[in-house]
Amino acid sequence: MTAEIVLQIFRFGFLLLLWLFIFAAFRVVRADLFGGRAGRVSSVPPRAAAAGKKKTRGPRTLVVTAGPLAGTKITLSDQPILIGRADDSTLVLTDDFASSRHARLTNRGGTWYVEDLGSTNGTYLDQQRVQGPLLVSPGQPIRIGQTALELRS
Amino acid sequence: MITGPSTDPRAAQPGAAPPKRRGTELALLGFAVLVTLVAQAIVDLTITGSLRPDMALFGGWITGLWAVAHLVVRKWAPYADPLLLPSVALLVGLGLAVIHRLDLAAEQVDATATRQDAPVQLVWATLGVALFVVVLVVLRDHRVLSRFAYTLALVGLVLLAIPAVLPASLSEVNGAKIWIRLAGFSIQPGEFAKICLIVFFAAYLVDKRDVLALASRRVAGLELPRARDLGPVLVAWALSILVLVFERDLGSSLLLFGIFVVMLYVATERASWLVIGLGLFAGAALIAYQVFGHVQARVDVWLSPFEYRDAAGYQLVQSLFGLGTGGLFGAGLGGGRPDQVPVAKSDFIAAAIGEELGLFGLVAVIIVYLILVERGLRTSLIVRDAFGKLLAAGLAFAIAWQVFVVLGGVTGLLPLTGLTTPFLAYGGSSLVANFVLVAVLVRISDAARRPAVPAGPPRPALGDAPTEVVKQ
Repeated sequence: MTAEIVLQIFRFGFLLLLWLFIFAAFRVVRADLFGGRAGRVSSVPPRAAAAGKKKTRGPRTLVVTAGPLAGTKITLSDQPILIGRADDSTLVLTDDFASSRHARLTNRGGTWYVEDLGSTNGTYLDQQRVQGPLLVSPGQPIRIGQTALELRS
Repeated sequence: MITGPSTDPRAAQPGAAPPKRRGTELALLGFAVLVTLVAQAIVDLTITGSLRPDMALFGGWITGLWAVAHLVVRKWAPYADPLLLPSVALLVGLGLAVIHRLDLAAEQVDATATRQDAPVQLVWATLGVALFVVVLVVLRDHRVLSRFAYTLALVGLVLLAIPAVLPASLSEVNGAKIWIRLAGFSIQPGEFAKICLIVFFAAYLVDKRDVLALASRRVAGLELPRARDLGPVLVAWALSILVLVFERDLGSSLLLFGIFVVMLYVATERASWLVIGLGLFAGAALIAYQVFGHVQARVDVWLSPFEYRDAAGYQLVQSLFGLGTGGLFGAGLGGGRPDQVPVAKSDFIAAAIGEELGLFGLVAVIIVYLILVERGLRTSLIVRDAFGKLLAAGLAFAIAWQVFVVLGGVTGLLPLTGLTTPFLAYGGSSLVANFVLVAVLVRISDAARRPAVPAGPPRPALGDAPTEVVKQ
């Protein structure tokens, strides 16, 4: 009699265990889909706060003014902006005159510098070819192939 | 000259690092180990009334195995998907329990039968984890694989061809010529060929997808490719037919062709490839049915298993009886007679699970596969390079397709094929190859979930960067 009860406990208990595993796995799937977990949410505010503090004076957006991507805006943060044809660039160009890693914009203490990453056709700030890192002021056009960009505050 | 700021956002903002979720993986792996051990204990207690003497050793071994896998992922693929490894651990653990259970059943029927398959499977799993570790340590970036695409294609084809060329005494088991049998060892090279060919398909399609997707005519609402672009799909089709003819293996043939057609579809987003693939498959299936006796036999058994219950249909009929006996909740681990189904350990392990764990247990197993496949496809969606996308989709689909074809066979939905249930079924080649497959998937998912900016190899410092401008 007791053996029979134990067997039934085994029988249903194991199924329960199996489904608990699935339940636990689904919680992870859900957290990934909706970002409900603490780790992900808490990571956002510090970045926004830090960025807001620094950009009281500096430019706020990068705007594409000419070329196939004209009208695209990228909100600037502390992170460097990679421009090129590579898929992982911040601004992915589809321009035959652009290299896969063409140029980079970096923020140093609220001001932005543009540097060429060894591109074939070069990066131009105003009419000047970029050789070392150059300070970019808002409104100054950066030209890469057929694309023109500028910083705006 | 100023040095550029660090391009690594994690260094710049310690709080902003995305979650790696290694803790989640560890917890779920622990859960999977728990399920594994509980399953073993239930099997032993139900059948023999006492725990097996080496239970502690087994528990330690299993725990160590997954601990090593976890630590390696933590070190070499820290952003990898947290669900891939635990799903695999659960399936392997459950498979071990069911194989052990069938070992015990064989012992009960015939006390002299001392053939123990579960320990062998454990050794294979250990080898699988070892290869998993090797792949993760050696392969630091999945994109490297695309460079060896044509080499891997050659390796895959050779692996596929070896059993066909070898004499039957060295390559044939139960009518299927898909083995290499040497000195008591037998491996199925097709399982490894599968992975090599998926890598090749991915690299090839990344190169050629524009041609395959863009050059087309519109006929009856369907974008049809030009005749000359049909080449690759015809080659894949011919290859799978050759496998069918020379190795008499319906499963591998179906698997290869299905994977290629689906990857073609994923690469080109053209539903017409699926239609063409289905058409080619249907044509081949019709001819194969008429020409090959073994295909005919399998289809006949599939259509009316009970008519052939004493001969060719015996296995399927026993499997269906087992599933029926299991009902909703199953007979309990160790409570049924899954050993009544011939080769229950490998091809028909799903029938054993269905009998002992019932519909709820079998559906749970299917959902674990579903999670595995979903994570693979999700990896494919979020990874940033086209090769990785296709490779992940192909690998995930290979698992899904295999599970579908095997479970379809066991439940009578599809004709029986010689495919194995990944991770669950007894069989070294399949287990080890699938560990390699998951290792590649883990590698891609690590690249996919890694924060965007520092992706790829570290760029040279500004001073060392190539400055072509100087040439002026």
